[in-house]
Amino acid sequence: MTGFRPGRLLLQLSCLLIAIWLVAPTLVVIPMSFADRKSLAFPPQGFSTQWYANFFSNPQWFGSLVVSLKIAAMVAVVATVIGTMAAIGIERLKTRAGGIIRVVLLTPMIVPGVVLAVGIYAVYLDTRLVGTWTGYVLAHTLLAIPFVVIAVGANLAVFDERLETAAASLGASRLTTFFTVTLPLILPGILSGALFAFVTSFDEVIVSLFITSPQLKTLPVQIFSSMTRDADPTVAAVGSLIFLATTLIIGLGLIIGLRRRGA
Amino acid sequence: MNAASNEATCKGAAIDIDGISKFYGGFTALENVSLRVEPGEFMSFLGPSGSGKTTTLNLIAGFTDLSGGDIRLDARSIGHVPAHKRNIGVVFQHYALFPHMSVAQNVAYPLKQRRVGKAERARAVEEALRKVQLDSFAHRYPSELSGGQQQRVALARAMVFGPSLLLMDEPLGALDKKLREVLQLEIKRIHRELGSTFVYVTHDQEEALVLSDRIAVFNRGRIEQVGTGQTLYTAPQTLFVGQFIGESSVLRGPHRSAGGETMLTVAGTALTAPGAANGEGAQVILLRPEAVMVQAPGTGPQEGRCNILSGVVREMLYLGSAMKYEVTLADGSHVTARTPTQGAPFALGATVELAWRPQESVLLADDGSTAGH
Repeated sequence: MTGFRPGRLLLQLSCLLIAIWLVAPTLVVIPMSFADRKSLAFPPQGFSTQWYANFFSNPQWFGSLVVSLKIAAMVAVVATVIGTMAAIGIERLKTRAGGIIRVVLLTPMIVPGVVLAVGIYAVYLDTRLVGTWTGYVLAHTLLAIPFVVIAVGANLAVFDERLETAAASLGASRLTTFFTVTLPLILPGILSGALFAFVTSFDEVIVSLFITSPQLKTLPVQIFSSMTRDADPTVAAVGSLIFLATTLIIGLGLIIGLRRRGA
Repeated sequence: MNAASNEATCKGAAIDIDGISKFYGGFTALENVSLRVEPGEFMSFLGPSGSGKTTTLNLIAGFTDLSGGDIRLDARSIGHVPAHKRNIGVVFQHYALFPHMSVAQNVAYPLKQRRVGKAERARAVEEALRKVQLDSFAHRYPSELSGGQQQRVALARAMVFGPSLLLMDEPLGALDKKLREVLQLEIKRIHRELGSTFVYVTHDQEEALVLSDRIAVFNRGRIEQVGTGQTLYTAPQTLFVGQFIGESSVLRGPHRSAGGETMLTVAGTALTAPGAANGEGAQVILLRPEAVMVQAPGTGPQEGRCNILSGVVREMLYLGSAMKYEVTLADGSHVTARTPTQGAPFALGATVELAWRPQESVLLADDGSTAGH
C-alpha cells in the first residue's frame, strides 16, 4: 500500500468533493442559526442563541413542532398497521392479483406530489377535512403506506412460511402463530416501516401546504411560510435541531445494531 | 390438558386412511389411497419424489385439505379437523425451529399452547431434551447448533407433548451419511421408548429397511405394496417395488404359462419361473444379485433344476467379502450377480454361465418401470 499512486489520489479527492457537496447544504444551516441579526446571509455576522430561544418560546414555532410530532406518531401507527397487513396479504396471494394490488399501493410514491395534493385538496374541500387532524393523518398515511409495504415486504420475502406450518403442528392457531412466530420475525421490517412512515409524515410539505389552516399548521408548513414572509434565522435553528435529533437517532440505531450483531 | 405427564406411558394411535385423494387443479397428487397403520407401529412411506408420500403425510398432519376420502385416528375422524387441533407431532426435513427462541423455548412451545403449568413445562422440556441428549444446550439458539443437533431439538419439540402419532418428513434428508446413521439408531430408540406410532417419509430405501416395521411403497400417487422390508425384497408384487427395493436385474422376453410355471425366453434360452403369468401383458423375471451364481461355461446345473444363461463379463467389482459381476447377455440385457469371493475371479470379457434356481426368479407383470430410483 505504499508508493505514490496518482489514480488512487484522484479517486480519493473526487470522493471527498462529492461528500462535501452532499453534506455542505445541511451544515450551512448550523452557523446561520447562531447569527445575531435577522438575516439569512451567509456567512453570518456575530453570535447569539436568540433564534433557538425564539423557537422554544414562540407558540407559532413550538406549537407546529408538537402538531407535526403528534401527526407523525399517528401516521406511523396507522400506516404501519395497514401497510403490514397489506404486505402480508400480497405475499400470501401469490397470484397476479397480488402484484397488481402491490402496484396500486405503491402509486402514491410514483405520482407527483403536487398532483396528489390537488386531488386531496379538492376532496377535502367537499368533506371539510382541510386543516383537521383527520385530514393530515389520512393524507400522510396515504403517502407513508408504500414505505411500510416495501419494508415489511422485503422482510416477508425472507421469512420462512414453513415455520407457520410447524407452529400449527405444535398446536398454535393461526392467530397465535402470527403473534408468536410471524410477528417477532418480521418485526425489524415493521419497525423500519414505522420509522419511514414517521419521517414521511414529519417531513411532508407539499400536501400539507394545500390542506393547512392557520389553526393547525405542521412544522414544514411553518418553515415554508416563514421563509416566504421574511428571512427569520429561526428556520436555521429548527434545521440545526432536526439535524442534531436525526443524527442522534440514526447514530443510536447504528450502535444498537452493531452491538446486537456482535453479541 | 396434562399432555406432558402422560408422555412416558402414551400408547400409539391407529391410523385408518380410507380412500383418500388429493387433486391440484387437473393434477392428481394422490388417488384413492387406503392404508391402516397399527398402534405403535413404525411405518415408512417410501417412494421417488412426486410419488405422493409427502402429500399423504401432509394430509394426515392437516397441512393440506383432502379432496376425497377420510382419515381416522383411533377411529376418530380427523379428515376435516384443523392441523393445530390434531395433536400430531411433526418433524420436518428443514428442522423448522423458531430462530427467535432458544432451544428450551422451542421445546416448550407446544406445551405453552396446551396451557401446561410453568413447573410442569420446565420438567417436560428437560426430559425431552435429555431424551435427545441435548439437555446442556437448553439456552442456545438454533443458529448456534449443527444440523444434526437442530433436528434433535425438532424431534424433542415434536414429542414433548406426548402425541400418540409422530410424523417425520425426510428428517435426515439434509444430513450427511454418517450423521444419518447415528440419528437413525436414535430415532429407533426413541420409538421404542415412546411407544407412539411413527410414520416416516423417505426416498432412501436403506433407511426405510433399517427403521421400519412395515413399508408402504408409493408410486405415481398410489400405494404399490405394503409389507415388511423382507416381504418387499423377496416377494415384490410389482416390478416397480422389486426395482425400488434393493438391487435387481430384469429379464424380458416372450412367455408361456403351463402347469403352475411360466417359461420366459430370454436371448434364445427358456427360463423357468414359479407361478402363472400376472395378467395378459408382457412378463419379466426379476433376479436378486445374490441368487445368481457365476460359473465357467459348460459347467451346467450343479444341483436339481437350474436356469442357465450365457453371457460376457462387462464389469467386475471386488467388494471384499464378495465379487460383483455385470454380465451382458446375447440380447444386450444386463444381469448383476454377487458371489462370494473364492478361487480366481473371471476376467473382463470372459464368457461365463449364470445359473440360478427357478424359485429364485420373481415373475412380475412388466409395468414399464426401469431401474434407477
